[in-house]
Amino acid sequence: MLEKRPQPSKMWSYATPLVAVIATMVFGGVLFALLGKNPVEAIGTIFWEPLFGEFAFYYRPQLLVKGAPLVLIAIGLSLGFRAGIWNIGAEGQYIMGAIFGAAAGLAFYPLEAWFIFPIMVMAGALGGWIWATIPAVLKVRFGTNEILVSLMLVYVAEQMLASVSLGLLKNPEGFGFPGSRNLQQYESAYNAELIAGSGMHWGVVTALIAVIFAYVLLNRHMLGFHIRLTGEAPRAARFAGVNPARLVLFCLGLSGALAGLAGMFEVSGPSGVVSIDFNVGYGFTAIIVAFLGRLHPVGILLAGGLMALTYIGGEIAQSQLGLPAAAIQVFQGMLLFFLLAFDLLTNYRIRAARSEVA
Amino acid sequence: MTTPLLSLQGLTKAYPGVVANDQVSFDIGEGEVHALLGENGAGKSTLVKMIYGLVKPDSGTMKLRGQVFAPPEPRAARADGIAMVFQHFSLFDALNVAENIALGMENPPPMGDLSARIREVSETYGLPLDPFRTVGDLSAGERQRVEIIRCLLQDPKLLIMDEPTSVLTPQEVEILFETLNKLRSEGTSILYISHKLEEIRTLCDHATILRLGKNVGECVPSETSARDMAEMMVGATLQTPERSGREFGKVALDVSGLSVHSPSEFGTALKNIHMTVRKGEVLGIGGVAGNGQDELLGVLSGEILTSADAIKFNGQPIGKLGPTARRKLGVLTAPEERLGHAAAPDMSLTENALLTGSVREGLVRSGFLKWSEATRFAEKIIKAFDVRTPGPENAARSLSGGNLQKFVIGREVLQNPDVLVVNQPTWGVDAAAAAAIRQAILDLAAEGTAVICISQDLDELMEISDSFAALNEGRLSAPRLTAVLTVDEIGLMMGGAHGMEVAHV
Repeated sequence: MLEKRPQPSKMWSYATPLVAVIATMVFGGVLFALLGKNPVEAIGTIFWEPLFGEFAFYYRPQLLVKGAPLVLIAIGLSLGFRAGIWNIGAEGQYIMGAIFGAAAGLAFYPLEAWFIFPIMVMAGALGGWIWATIPAVLKVRFGTNEILVSLMLVYVAEQMLASVSLGLLKNPEGFGFPGSRNLQQYESAYNAELIAGSGMHWGVVTALIAVIFAYVLLNRHMLGFHIRLTGEAPRAARFAGVNPARLVLFCLGLSGALAGLAGMFEVSGPSGVVSIDFNVGYGFTAIIVAFLGRLHPVGILLAGGLMALTYIGGEIAQSQLGLPAAAIQVFQGMLLFFLLAFDLLTNYRIRAARSEVA
Repeated sequence: MTTPLLSLQGLTKAYPGVVANDQVSFDIGEGEVHALLGENGAGKSTLVKMIYGLVKPDSGTMKLRGQVFAPPEPRAARADGIAMVFQHFSLFDALNVAENIALGMENPPPMGDLSARIREVSETYGLPLDPFRTVGDLSAGERQRVEIIRCLLQDPKLLIMDEPTSVLTPQEVEILFETLNKLRSEGTSILYISHKLEEIRTLCDHATILRLGKNVGECVPSETSARDMAEMMVGATLQTPERSGREFGKVALDVSGLSVHSPSEFGTALKNIHMTVRKGEVLGIGGVAGNGQDELLGVLSGEILTSADAIKFNGQPIGKLGPTARRKLGVLTAPEERLGHAAAPDMSLTENALLTGSVREGLVRSGFLKWSEATRFAEKIIKAFDVRTPGPENAARSLSGGNLQKFVIGREVLQNPDVLVVNQPTWGVDAAAAAAIRQAILDLAAEGTAVICISQDLDELMEISDSFAALNEGRLSAPRLTAVLTVDEIGLMMGGAHGMEVAHV
């Protein structure tokens, strides 16, 4: 039977992610074995190959490219989640950031100047911020549910993306194909690798800065304290002088801006093009990353890396071992499942139930 | 000697780090009102939970009328005739009385039969209650009646009552005692937990005193003085709060024409409240729970904003200022609900010290937190108010209610307020801690702080307040000097007419 601990266990709050990863490996192995694959080889391919395998020189940069947007978005989301403010629409804010950023850059085309990229960065953040501020304002003024509004705005953003890919931002020299000019071929707007072949672009740098910023905010700053307090005990937060409306605007706005930045760095770098299928679900996966990382900045950094690893490892396993894509998704789902399951041990302990009294 | 109804032998229950009950033995006779006395953390709740089947003892035996009694769960205990009225009610505001009672039953009869039985029981025992009223509209005393009737419908052999009078007006206490006496005369045994020693002296036949989990003594309350019982409980000689003769200064807080709606649906709106508190004065505000106490505290703390001029501090309008701005000026408050309002349960004591102490204690520099100084402030509170905890890094929820209350009050007192508003400062706190808290409040007043003490404990208000006013349905009576008031007058001021007639006993 379960017994509530008098206070959360420090040890378990650190141990659960590790235990969850191990449990996922064990049960994932069983799953792969049932599919007729060698479980050790499959797990090895997913976790080993991208880091230390023969083609690791190709996969390692990919880790940064895939991990950075996840971390950047998850950091923003985690601040809101800590305060009980649920932004589920990071995917839409990511799209809007990409559209705003690309549009700002393309507006200057073909001018080459140093200030174009910084303007694009600001425009990207602005786009995400606007998209997240809509649910924030509606919540503060009319008491709407930010979960629903932010989620619905994802679909609006997807329609906008389709619209600008086919219209406003369509490449005039693109022979009628949908999609914008390729920003990778526009030097002033290109978010190039800072060190060639490393995968390290400005988005990765920004993600690392965001991790540090969030860590300092949560642990050293009054605003971070108020965010945590609001999540733990909303009434005590009001008593402490927190203005809930302002906190909603701040948390949603910041998470939107960070998601917008992620979109902007993606469109001006690895993707290069605003196209109908530009978004691949980073905004939703980041929710998993945020929880996998215990809503803790450093945890999110590790979780983002782990998630990127399973993505890339999963692709390798698909192509090399012929594992079905669905099996990889189940594998990723297991990770979240076990994490939440073992999480129980942080606040509860298991005690052998005794039926008779001694 | 006849077999006792319930006999406890060597009951022991240990939790990690603390032995809650250590070899506790005593008997409850048939038709006896047995008092269980003890400080907070003395192990009363654990003991009662073992009898009610919520917790299993590590060792020791219980015998019910000579038969071995070891209920695996509350349902089994109820089947054997044990019923319990908890200190905190578990009722649904939006449902009516009969529906609430039906929810707690194994096989509820049809609503018509049930409400007829509720009427019957309520008339037999002099507890007037309409089965079709919505619980959200009932006073605390009436809610307690719902819980008592819920128990009586099971025809219990032993009724356990945990601090039943802490929310009642004097008149309601009288009605309750008539009921309990009637139950006793019918042969029902009652295990009565309370801090109010005078009540135990008038009501109980026998008392068992627990200290630090051990049975430290028994007495016949009617033959023992309240002071002796309290000293057995605490294990030390008790100080009564001292009040020095004080001169009141200028008006510190001036509330005039204050009316607000309650933010919650079943809350009480405040209607045209006027009051002034001078420096060094303690204004006691009595009244039954749910008559606007929470709202009044919210209005004074700045959680609920009003028109600017409704509240003035040293002549300056502060009605529109939020909690932080008011703290900066020196208006501090301590709400009733410890967990979740005055303190965040899962946060450490250091973080909870920061919760209200950040401004006045200088724990923040340009937005950045000074953790080491916050820890020092928490340690200072722990030391000054004898808060029993291993250290400031522990979560608030790991403290017992009384200890957390000392921490929460101490946090405000140590910030040298100009105006201090407390709501139920000693609710659920043991005698020694309550005396310490009251003394701290009086000391503060002696230094010139204007104090407003909202409480349902009339003895407390009589002890510490200079003037007394009562809240009734959101209206505040005109304050009167405490020294010349009688208990009957207070009861009338509290509008103590909640089913006043002791019905058809």
